[in-house]
Amino acid sequence: MTRGSYRRRMLVERIMFGATIMAAAGTLSVLFFLLGYLAYQGGSSLSLSFFTHLPTPVGESGGGMANAIVGSMKLLVCGALVGIPVGFLGGIYLAEYGRGPVASSVRFAADVLNGVPSIVLGVTVYGLVVLPMGHFSTVAGGVALGLIMIPVTLRATEEFLRLVPDSLREASLALGAPQWVTIVRVVIPAGLRGIVAGILLSLARVSGETAPLLFTAFSNRYWSTGWLNPTASLPVMIFTYAIAPYDDWHRQAWAAALTLLALVLGANVLARVVLRRGIALGRAS
Amino acid sequence: MPLHTDRGYESQLGQLRAHLLEMGGLVEDQIAQAIRCLTERDRALAGVTIERDHTVNRLDVEIDDLSLKLLALHQPAARDLRLITTALKITTDLERIGDLATHIAERAVELASEPPFTPCVDIPAMASLASSMVHRSLDAFVREDVELALGVCSSDDEIDKLHAELFRNLLTIMGKDPRSISSTMRQLFISKYLERIGDHATNIAEMVIFMVKGRSIRHLDTVPREL
Amino acid sequence: MEVSPSTTPAFDARVKIAVRGLNVHYGDNHALTDVSLDIPECRVTALIGPSGCGKSTFLRCLNRMNDHIRGVRIEGSITIDGEDCYGADVGPVVLRRRVGMVFQKSNPFPKSIFENVAFGPRIHGVRDTVALREVVERSLRQSALWEEVEDRLGSSALDLSGGQQQRLCIARALAVEPEVLLMDEPASALDPIATAKIEELIQELKRDYTIVIVTHNMQQAARVSDYTAYFYLGQLIEFGSTDLLFTNPSRRETEDYITGRFG
Repeated sequence: MTRGSYRRRMLVERIMFGATIMAAAGTLSVLFFLLGYLAYQGGSSLSLSFFTHLPTPVGESGGGMANAIVGSMKLLVCGALVGIPVGFLGGIYLAEYGRGPVASSVRFAADVLNGVPSIVLGVTVYGLVVLPMGHFSTVAGGVALGLIMIPVTLRATEEFLRLVPDSLREASLALGAPQWVTIVRVVIPAGLRGIVAGILLSLARVSGETAPLLFTAFSNRYWSTGWLNPTASLPVMIFTYAIAPYDDWHRQAWAAALTLLALVLGANVLARVVLRRGIALGRAS
Repeated sequence: MPLHTDRGYESQLGQLRAHLLEMGGLVEDQIAQAIRCLTERDRALAGVTIERDHTVNRLDVEIDDLSLKLLALHQPAARDLRLITTALKITTDLERIGDLATHIAERAVELASEPPFTPCVDIPAMASLASSMVHRSLDAFVREDVELALGVCSSDDEIDKLHAELFRNLLTIMGKDPRSISSTMRQLFISKYLERIGDHATNIAEMVIFMVKGRSIRHLDTVPREL
Repeated sequence: MEVSPSTTPAFDARVKIAVRGLNVHYGDNHALTDVSLDIPECRVTALIGPSGCGKSTFLRCLNRMNDHIRGVRIEGSITIDGEDCYGADVGPVVLRRRVGMVFQKSNPFPKSIFENVAFGPRIHGVRDTVALREVVERSLRQSALWEEVEDRLGSSALDLSGGQQQRLCIARALAVEPEVLLMDEPASALDPIATAKIEELIQELKRDYTIVIVTHNMQQAARVSDYTAYFYLGQLIEFGSTDLLFTNPSRRETEDYITGRFG
């Protein structure tokens, strides 16, 4: 290689390297800017009253979103009760028993459900649950969120169960364990960390869903008691407050956004920790 | 039979066979020369026979080394294992045959320095039988021919009989003429050596049968008719 | 091909497993053809042969592990102590209590050492902690692992070395007190020292268990087994006592294989 062409190649190499660095920096800076902006706007609005007070009538200051925070928690619990069992058991079926046309249809249905816009799911639940009940409710909101959680949980369960090596199943079968015992006592425990991580991520995802809640849990300016009453939730409150003309409400919307973000971030970090602890167990021999 | 997949191993086994045949050829020559030494009273031939012995001994050591190496490095089984253990045992017999031929040559030299005598007719006959036994046993090894080997085993009886007869004749001669004792004794030794050569050739034949058939007929009282 | 009388060795033991006319098909692939064999009790029987000859398939028929393969068709009879292994009233679960298996690559569960060995007894109904501890200790002693792990039974099985993990898997299999132990190339993933320990272990275990071992290492088969069966292309070619098979086999195909004449 001549010195000239070598120098030319090194120059191109350096230019491309620089371009890659700048692209990465650009992307990251956008991300950090958004987070930073949110943090700045929301942080200045966070106060104890935000977490402990109920919303106050228009014009009055000192209101909070305590009911929305609790409401979101209740909706997540409800959604989890609907989505996790179906997703988990469906995932087990696909990973351990599923072969042939039935399994392919189940997988296809899950993928379709995953792609259905959440607002469509919300309207469906409106027709199926809200109308017969005659009113909005936490349960309806939970069902809607649960439906969104099903495909995510199912896929996560299936993937992580498939990652469990067949040699473990063989070992268990060779000891005289029937297949269901093998699944319950060997395969699931081995894949559990991944499944838990998947569930945490699906919870994080639905915690921010707004559209379906508009038709199901609706909203509530007071504490929502029990499960059959409409309830406030953080995403809906953000929606309501952000488009209102009141500054105080805008500030509270920022605070709510920051809270949601913190929740999602927390769930992601927790999921990672859970996964890594699982990998850290046992050295390669 | 297909060749070994490991060509190096195949060629080493071939080398082992070649060494054995070379040793066998040398030993056969030694016997022939020792007998000529006796019948032609040629002292010079004796020297050659004794010289040959060094080569035979060298081959003995080489075959031992090669066999050991093959055993250690290749873990031979079945027919290969039997070949190698046969090689180890045959070299002992061949080497002894070589020594015996040398001794015959030495006695022949001693006899040559004495006045001519009428050698017993039987000695050349024994010699040719012993030589034929060695030759046939080596042929049986090369051709893996069990029938030929069995033939050698039966010849052993014949050579033993010849030796016994010669022994009686020589005793008679010694009794009649005490002056002939020194030459007679030497002839007796030669007869003994030839009979021993027959025994060693028989050992070789028995080992060949073991190598081919995997069954040992050594130390059996009667040689089986069929294997 | 029936095992002809001249190739069936005279056992110095009872017949534990009798196989007659075994044929196995994986879809269109005829993996085993007409295999008939007797496995002697409390002896080590080795199955040798080149890759794809059917020895592992045969082994897996003995504890019905082949049942889990899609499209498998098994014909013929396999009996243990005279009882049909594939009978309608004998499920694989029951059979596998009597016939245990150790695999090529050690596969301990990602649980503690104690839990690994106790797994078998637990799923078969043993609940009492004292009884479980006794079983675990006994099994670990039998597999010559107890002394190395007795003070860390609660630690993860995955922290053990390869050789130790394999001995753990053997202990795990022994914990259910089988009568037969099937070993599919148990030492092929181990270094020579660990291999030697496993081979020594096999010699001790054969006092109480009938052992069938598949190995692609002929010298291991020669060292370890009392009887050896040579498989080729799905057929049983020869079955005889190990010392005879390795010094003077009856079949030319067997001799070609064990002397390295693969053609």
